[in-house]
Order: sequence, then structure tokens, then C-alpha cells
Amino acid sequence: MSDTKFTKDHEYVRLEGDTATVGITDHAQSQLGDVVYVGLPEIGKAVSQGGEAAVVESVKAASDVFAPVSGEVVAVNAELEGAPSTVNEDPLGKGWFLKIKVKDTSEFDKLMSEAEYQDYLKTLS
Amino acid sequence: MAETTVESTVQTAGQSAGQAAGEGPAREAAVAAEVPALKSTPLHGAHVALGARMVPFAGYEMPVQYPTGILAEHLHTRASAGIFDVSHMGQAFLMGSDHATTARALESLVPADILNLAPGRQRYTQLLNEEGGILDDLMVTRPSEEAEDGVLMLIVNAACKDRDFAHIEARLPQGVRLMRADHRALVALQGPKSAEVLARHGEGVAEMPFMSARTTHFDGLACHVSRSGYTGEDGYEISIKSAHAVAIWSALLRDGAVKPIGLGARDSLRLEAGLCLYGHDIDATTSPVEAALTWSVQKRRREEGGFPGAQRLQRELAEAPARKRVGILPDGKAPAREGTEIQAKDGRKIGTVTSGGFGPTLGGPLAMGYVETSFAAIGTEIDLLVRGKPLPAKVASMPFVPNRYFRPPTGAT
Repeated sequence: MSDTKFTKDHEYVRLEGDTATVGITDHAQSQLGDVVYVGLPEIGKAVSQGGEAAVVESVKAASDVFAPVSGEVVAVNAELEGAPSTVNEDPLGKGWFLKIKVKDTSEFDKLMSEAEYQDYLKTLS
Repeated sequence: MAETTVESTVQTAGQSAGQAAGEGPAREAAVAAEVPALKSTPLHGAHVALGARMVPFAGYEMPVQYPTGILAEHLHTRASAGIFDVSHMGQAFLMGSDHATTARALESLVPADILNLAPGRQRYTQLLNEEGGILDDLMVTRPSEEAEDGVLMLIVNAACKDRDFAHIEARLPQGVRLMRADHRALVALQGPKSAEVLARHGEGVAEMPFMSARTTHFDGLACHVSRSGYTGEDGYEISIKSAHAVAIWSALLRDGAVKPIGLGARDSLRLEAGLCLYGHDIDATTSPVEAALTWSVQKRRREEGGFPGAQRLQRELAEAPARKRVGILPDGKAPAREGTEIQAKDGRKIGTVTSGGFGPTLGGPLAMGYVETSFAAIGTEIDLLVRGKPLPAKVASMPFVPNRYFRPPTGAT
């Protein structure tokens, strides 16, 4: 996906125009295990890059999901409330968490490409 | 029966355990300098071969989950049968000239009635300190055989075992001694299919009542079995020589009904069953009365005392303790984890969550914690301060999921 970028905290962000779709990567969902709860932000909330945007919980632990880019939350994935396992099944597709309207697309440009993220994953193991 | 388990950690999604020290040479140095080698149970290789995710726990490297995952392992245990390696726990024998002698020695340390524990029976109790707080919780078994008269078998928590055994040994009278059984392994088999599974390998197990124990054989290998566990399901704990652990584990796994279960699911199972975890729901500051464990202090001992902290226990029974361990059900879907502040509706802090998470069988979040006794009634409305917001919840009865312990049919209605 040429317009998808990645963070060191294992979020992905896909930019279409000025709307960024954010979720957690396949690596993250696999490490986390079965997702049992997703806590999403309020629509209209301002988020800054690196700030807390959402919470994802497995049976054993809660993890923060950080905003990869700054902006305003314009949509959240309400489906995750009834079916949190969607995050495990399709993290980059139906398992998206939230959409941010971004002001400054240069933040997006500076994030890791997919290839860079895969290289980064190799350094972790 | 409780044991400490892997602590829930709030960590960045995807960051694997053990990276806390950073990367590269600094980390290697830190590891080399600080961390003693982790111990292994006799089944360590089996877990690794099964693809388990291994984590440090109570000084051992233990499986937190297998590739199936915690949710599936939990559900499988309640639907069928799961096996758990609990060999890290501390097994020991107290030995005196006869049952009364050994029982009295133990009664000076625990509040349960051990004197009247029948042969082939097991009881749950706690080691108490002088302030009446809990040093550890444990299972005590009286062997069924006449030849073993004077012997009591103890099973204590892994994280506490060295301290527990030293504590006991320092307080034994002449003529009673403690023999650690570090050469023994322990495998738990839990779930509704446990009896039919175990019956394929040994005799006389299907009819054993809950909280009874006997020696028997597993595929010809001598073992000591109790019908008890830490999940709320029917099941057994099988004590065997370490040298036989792999054979017994493998034989159980060959049974189509059985899957291996890690410490992660062990924790969610015991939480749904309302069972305490030492170091979390009970500790040196909590008394058995505060912890809602008075049921484990039999009447004779409540009246006679003769154990550390007996005065506190008697006073708390007469006047009510300051706080009480209760079950908690959040109204919504967000889990409330250990350490979460509990508030009254007016915002005043009234307690703390000591265990909390998600119950796969329950299908939602659940927790245990202590509240001021005036808030301990079932149905009391409380708030849980999660990520800075008060989330509504209620005090709930435990177990959260009904127990299914085996009681033999009596023939009466």
C-alpha cells in the first residue's frame, strides 16, 4: 500500500486527501493476542502526533494507541465495540480504529514506509 | 488455592516483554549484571516444543500462552479439558509421629481445622503472620493410607515457597519436620471432561469427591491425585516424580479432549471463579475475614484460636472488618485492572481493585477488590476510575461463572 505509513509504536496510517485512517499493525495484533475491548476517542477530539488516541485491550493487558499524525478525530469505528476481534482478523482493513483530519501532511511523509517498518520489525526480535 | 501470575503491564502495542532495558549492548550488559538465570520445570522443553510464549514468573520461565491464545485456552478448559504445568509451586511434606502431632504443629501456623481433616481429604488455608495478615495461601492434604499417618502434604505458591518453608521450619516443635518435595512435578487437569480423561490412565479417580485425595497410578506410574483446582471446574491436581512429568504430560496431550493451557488463561479462569491470587487479592496486610475467606476457618478454630492473629480474626468476626474483598462487575465493556481506584458515587475513594480483566466465559469485564465494609453489599453501585473517568459498576457475587465441582450423586433428591 503505497500511501500507508508506519510508526515505531506499531500503528499504521493511510492518508487519502487530508483524512488519515489509523489502526494497529498485524505485528501489534499478534503480540497483543485476542482483543477484547477497544476504547475509542470522541469525535471532534484534537490529537497530536505521539499523543494518546485510543486504547486496545487483550485479556491480559491494556495498550495505548498513539496518534501517528496530528489533527481532529472525524470518525471512529463503532463496529469494534460489538466485535473487538475484528482488530485481530483484519487489522489493516475492517479493524481500523479512527480517522483523523490532518492539517500538516508533512508529519505523514516523515513516517516509515512499509519496507522500513518491516526492517524495523527485524531489529526487535 | 492461589498463585501469583504474570503481572498485567500497560505497554505500547507490540512491544515484547523484556525490552524494557532498551536495545543493544546496554541491554546485554544489564541482563548479564542483574538477572539470575530463570529456573525451569521438568516440562519446560515440552512448552517450548509446543510453541508457547515463555515469560519469567516467580523465578521460573513459564508458558503464558500457547499458539492457540489465552481466549481459546480459557474457553477450551470450560468446554473440555486443559492441562496446566504448575510444577513451579512448592510441594512439601510435614512429618510427625502421628496425625495429631503433625496437625497441631500446622494448626499453630494456620487457622483451619487440620486435626479433624479426614484421611484422603484436602483443605484450603492460609499461613498467617502475627498481625493476622496472610503470608501465603496453601492446600493441605492428609494422605488416605494408614501407613502415611503423621504425614501432611502442603502445596504453596511458587513465589512464596522458599519463604514459606523457612517460616514453617523455624516454628516446628521437636518431632515434626518439613521435607521439601522439589523432586516432584505437578500437573493440573481441569474441565468437565477431566474425569473421563484421567480414568483412561488410572483407577479410582472418577468417583473421587471434590477435595479428596489418593495415591494411584497414571499409566503405571505412581502419583498422588487430588480432586481440586484453581478454575472452578471439575478437575484434578496430579503430583508425580519429576522424572515422569514429560511422560504424563505427553500422554494427556495425546487425548483429543485435552489442550495445554498457559498462565494467562489460568488467571482469567480463577478470576471468573472468584479465587484469590496471592500478592494481589491477599497479602500480608489482608486478614482472612477481610478477604472473605472466613469459610475456610472452621468453627472450632474460630472459637479456640491458637494461631497467629487469632485475636484480630475474632474481633473482625464480632465487629466486622474495616474492608471487605468483593466481586465487581463494570456496567460497560471497559475492563478495570489491578490498582484501579474504587469510588463511591460522590467521588470519595472507598477502595482499590486488586485483580481485574476480561472474562472470556462471562463475555465481559470483571474485577475483584477491597471496599469499605459499608459498601460491600451485593448490588451496591460504585464507580471505577479508569483512565481518569469514573465508570459505573456494581458489587457482584462470586463466583462470576458457576462452579462445577464434582459431588457424587447421593441417591437422595
